[in-house]
Amino acid sequence: MRYAETGFNLEIDLSRGSVERVATDPELTELYLGGQGTAAKILWDRVPPEVEPFSPDNLLIFSAGPLISTAVPGANRTSVDTFSPQTNFYSHSLFGGFFGPELKHAGYDKIVIRGKAPNLVYLWINNDKVEIRDASHLHGKGALETGTLIKEELKQSDAQVAAIGLAGENRVYMATIEHANASASRGVGVIMGDKKLKAIAVRGTKDIHVARPLELFELCNPMYQAIYDNPHCGDVFLHEDDEEWHVNNFAWGNARERKKGWWNKEIEERWTKISDDVRLRWTGCYNCPKDCHQAIKYPGRQTYFQKCYSKLTYCMAAYKELDFNYDILGLTQEYGLDGYSTPQVLAFAIELYEAGILADKDLPEFPSDSGERFFYLVEKIVRREGVGDALANGVYHAARQIGKGAEEYDHNSMKKFEQLPLKLKMVNYPYFLMYSTSEKMTITQTEGSYPQIPIADKKEREAFVKNWDAAPERFKKWYLEWEPRSHPSIEASVHICDWNETMHYVDDAIGTCAFLSSFRGQFGGRPPYHLYNLPDFISHATGMDMDPDKLWEIAARNRNLIRALNIRRGLRRADEKPPEDHWQIREPEMEAKLLDAYYEHKGWNNDGIPTKETLDKLGLDYVSADFLQRGILTDGESASPKKASAKKKKKK
Amino acid sequence: MTDGSEKRIVKQIKVDLDKCIGCRACEIACSAFHATPKYSSTNPARSRIRVVIDELNDCYVPIRAGDYTPAECTGRHTYTIEGKQYSQCSFCGVSCPSRDLFKEPDSGLPLKCDMCENEPPLEEPMCVQVCPHDALTYEETEEEAKQEEPREEMEIGLETLAKRYGLKKVMDAIARMSREKKG
Repeated sequence: MRYAETGFNLEIDLSRGSVERVATDPELTELYLGGQGTAAKILWDRVPPEVEPFSPDNLLIFSAGPLISTAVPGANRTSVDTFSPQTNFYSHSLFGGFFGPELKHAGYDKIVIRGKAPNLVYLWINNDKVEIRDASHLHGKGALETGTLIKEELKQSDAQVAAIGLAGENRVYMATIEHANASASRGVGVIMGDKKLKAIAVRGTKDIHVARPLELFELCNPMYQAIYDNPHCGDVFLHEDDEEWHVNNFAWGNARERKKGWWNKEIEERWTKISDDVRLRWTGCYNCPKDCHQAIKYPGRQTYFQKCYSKLTYCMAAYKELDFNYDILGLTQEYGLDGYSTPQVLAFAIELYEAGILADKDLPEFPSDSGERFFYLVEKIVRREGVGDALANGVYHAARQIGKGAEEYDHNSMKKFEQLPLKLKMVNYPYFLMYSTSEKMTITQTEGSYPQIPIADKKEREAFVKNWDAAPERFKKWYLEWEPRSHPSIEASVHICDWNETMHYVDDAIGTCAFLSSFRGQFGGRPPYHLYNLPDFISHATGMDMDPDKLWEIAARNRNLIRALNIRRGLRRADEKPPEDHWQIREPEMEAKLLDAYYEHKGWNNDGIPTKETLDKLGLDYVSADFLQRGILTDGESASPKKASAKKKKKK
Repeated sequence: MTDGSEKRIVKQIKVDLDKCIGCRACEIACSAFHATPKYSSTNPARSRIRVVIDELNDCYVPIRAGDYTPAECTGRHTYTIEGKQYSQCSFCGVSCPSRDLFKEPDSGLPLKCDMCENEPPLEEPMCVQVCPHDALTYEETEEEAKQEEPREEMEIGLETLAKRYGLKKVMDAIARMSREKKG
């Protein structure tokens, strides 16, 4: 008997209209745990690098990791994995809410979708009964509206629905998948749209069994109060009306300008009132006592759920006030647009217009007000009308399609992907590494365990380190030695990057939320879940033997496998750099040293390719064999960087 | 017992709809607590408490499984509270034919909340324990209760008839019989 997992995947071929329930190998759970890890294995086995993201052979995988739907509080994040047309690399997103648990109760750990439907369809999973149903009547419907319509049509108020909006249907690269109070961002909606899959509805009423029930429950039960009481976890910032930190540190417009000193008490009072007026309530995800989502009812808009920093992304990009942000989110969430990348595309377009690169003929009747311009551009983008067709491909591709010097205005993307609008003074060593080397395309999915800044007072620092249960021993020394305004050493920086990313690989394989774990050590250092208590949860739930070292090893295996997916698609050292102007003051020599040291620590060669030795040690022999066969690695020597680089140029 | 009343403890789960964040931890804890062996599985479909959620209308109502009924209501109320519409069913804990709620998913047998009074009884029901937001709170109050008269054989017989044919049919029959007698 399998514990915590269902032991079955649902394989859907939309081209052929076939549905299969496939038993999975328990050995894979031992090696990769699940979620993102086992999804990466499927992508490696079945999507060779020649497959274009828009090919029917690309897969779209929804994974519910092993802890999802068990009693472990806050384990509810569904992982969505595919290849992105924007980056041509591995694309990964996560969403909370209730979808993953329902899928598990329906009897599946994953939905693996291949092919393309001839017409718009949706998938209806009701325990063992699975149907591919016509969705032509849902064409153009809003993402949450689609969920409501499907539940009414099926007479299944308990079903959980994940859907795309018009943006996904029209293959907008910034398209999300929306579900209840959650969104899967970073462009996975574009593949769902390409496959002509409007939505997935799921209802499950089966039991999920765990290996050691009493032990697990004794661990879980106190966690509700502990998580609730812990001030350092959940969405700490979203609950604050004092936005000084965000408005001072993040850049406005097209990631251009920091407005230090702009924030004041009067604005805080005004903005607080705006939020209070439109907020219906705070809501949580499945089995989690934190309430990280605002249910928002803006006049004239349907109710929607706001989360994270999307509270400010649109208004800061448009130089507007908070009410504008709440208003436009009501529209963009229904269109299914990513609240992080979309505002940057819009602000980029406005800059191009002001620079004369986009002319009146490109933007007929373009309004003068920046807010109205945002609404105008959103409509063009989701319909791919006129210049919206280029903008719908994101800043990097739009700049090159538009030409006439537009490339100069693409200054905040990395690996062709829009980054958070952060423009800072001095290069930060660990952050340089996290930005440069992450496969997850965004800093929020990489940072989070090691504190961002040291506590100034040495005594307080000592007190902080004393009960720092989450941290491996080596970090305590480094943190104690860390004086304000000084850089961690190269060695410390490498390890900080390593620990931070590793914890995300842990969460993303088992289903725990980063807001309770990998993202929530960086302020306060007291995440409810960490490397040293998670093994017990995993062990009691699944019955596997687990300890911190083994968990770290699995995370490293997943990290290297996902790295390998991108290496096979051409990723090399030359791609590994933050946005050019992310920091004003750079240290090229030091940055090269940092990258060298990080690659060495990871067991990668100087071009960022995992060596045969590293891969084999992690049980990824099939990866090293493939690398050798393709000439990405060569026999004898661990790799041939020159050859690899040459190959890459040819590919491009 | 000369006045026919006695003191008794009434157990109450108080529900504050404004405090509910819709996380459904109550459902998970309930299903685990009532699993056999205890805690061995989770399954909200087996829970004796369910949060009826209508996200777009901001309705979040935890309801507790009550009695079984073989027949659905003849009609339903719709309540408007602070501008939000709730169906009568949103507050009703009865396991009834009109919906899937409070039925064992495999057998369809009705589920009923037992306030976690298994041996040994919990200090607070499980659902309350996992609700730090205090959308669910537990209270015991002492109430005067009328002592129940022992039921007569006829009443028990009538109840059986009502169960079998439906109360309305039995009442119609009695009304007809009394009319016929008068006439």
